Amino acid sequence: MYAFDFVKPTDLKSALAALEDPEALPLSGGQTLIPTLKQRLASPSCLVSLTAIPELQGVCQSAEGLSIGAATTHAELSRAAAAAYPALARLAGQIGDPAVRHRGTIGGSLANNDPSACYPSAALASGAVMVTPRREIAAEDYFQGMFTTALEEGEILTMLRFPIPTRAAYVKFAQPASRFALVGVFVADFEGDVRVAVTGAGAEGVFRWAEAEAALAEGFDPQALTPLAPPEQEMIADLHASADYRAHLVGVMTRRAVLAAITG
Amino acid sequence: MPEVTIHVNGQSHTAEIEARTLLSTFLREDLRLTGTHIGCDTSQCGACAVHVDGVLVKSCAVLAMDVDGAAVTTIEGIAAPDGTLSPVQQAFKDHHGLQCGFCTPGMIMAATALLAETAKPSEAQVRHYLEGNLCRCTGYHNIVKAILAASGQAV
Ligand SMILES: Cc1cc2nc3c(=O)[nH]c(=O)nc-3n(C[C@H](O)[C@H](O)[C@H](O)COP(=O)(O)OP(=O)(O)OC[C@H]3O[C@@H](n4cnc5c(N)ncnc54)[C@H](O)[C@@H]3O)c2cc1C
Ligand code: FES
Ligand code: FES
Repeated sequence: MYAFDFVKPTDLKSALAALEDPEALPLSGGQTLIPTLKQRLASPSCLVSLTAIPELQGVCQSAEGLSIGAATTHAELSRAAAAAYPALARLAGQIGDPAVRHRGTIGGSLANNDPSACYPSAALASGAVMVTPRREIAAEDYFQGMFTTALEEGEILTMLRFPIPTRAAYVKFAQPASRFALVGVFVADFEGDVRVAVTGAGAEGVFRWAEAEAALAEGFDPQALTPLAPPEQEMIADLHASADYRAHLVGVMTRRAVLAAITG
Repeated sequence: MPEVTIHVNGQSHTAEIEARTLLSTFLREDLRLTGTHIGCDTSQCGACAVHVDGVLVKSCAVLAMDVDGAAVTTIEGIAAPDGTLSPVQQAFKDHHGLQCGFCTPGMIMAATALLAETAKPSEAQVRHYLEGNLCRCTGYHNIVKAILAASGQAV
């Protein structure tokens, strides 16, 4: 790691002030950023820890759904959302392993937008809103391809607002070495308005699978999807899985997710 | 250089460190507590696992500065001061839960954290909890057995 300074502000205002330095980076759980620093793929002047700021912590439920502080850990979310949004809580409880879940945060994951990360599919399928000190960004506008988001220089996520569907489920086929999603599918049914978001598979990162959504709007049943798979040309191909295998897995995981959403 | 104070195994340590110092480096090199092992340094293996304020973390993926003021328990703090092994340690010994022993500190820390959360886990819960701890020797069978035994269940 290159040398850097470290600050851990206890209020949002001081954090934003520290992040005005264009060379500074926010540090949340560090489960992605610390390995990146070790590989010398980033050389920030200063790390601004976001984990001691009360405004960025915790989960609360309102008429609009769940409001989740950006620095809420996966472990905390899996507990706190278990009653209100069980599919999201289960997703959080399946990320990596317990040690990663105790440190890693939803804001860090959504800011990073790894093409194999789990939360982007939940955010897109739920129609979540990303809140920053400057504006609110709809999930549709937020994800802009692998490791790319609508966040500007110095702009941080402070809160995520998740509408709660009538029924939903996330099913992932874990890449056994990294435990990220080789393919993960989040299905959310908002009283007949069905949204299907796929992670791990798309060459452009997380995407909504429109064909499956249309089929499921006709009838929320795994059978409705039987011949469907997304176009192979749009899938990632790497040493872990070929494009046609990923396309096939998207179909299988979507059917499993629909079944899981029905059976609860 | 900035200063940190970390309470390790019940003792306070204050040191001036570079901000980039990992918790694992602080434990092993500043405090010479080398029971915390570095198997990969890439967050995969769990050999470096410790408890920070009672919670299991990988010390190679945490900055020492980020746990300023926290209470850290390492493998050196698990046995009683007179050397009596903890129930988890004793069960690993009784059930051959180790071969070379390299992964064992992390396994003990993970198992101890699991049993604090879930007093009588099922075999599936034990295996799920150990997802972040790799062992190249045992095939996990006796590790799982030792943890079930440590929780007072028949194995
Ligand atoms: C072994 C292992 C297994 C894993 N398995 C999975 C998995 O199965 N599924 C999955 O989805 N993920 C997985 N992860 C990734 C994990 O979820 C990370 O915690 C997460 O991707 C990053 O969150 P963080 O809080 O650790 O962010 P950090 O590492 O602190 O930050 C990541 C990036 O986001 C920026 N950032 C952080 N917070 C904010 C913010 N509030 N606003 C703007 N930018 C911010 C940082 O500057 C950095 O660039 C795994 C990681 C490991 C090490
Ligand atoms: S050394 Fe930390 S996880 Fe392997
Ligand atoms: S006993 Fe050798 S790595 Fe686990």
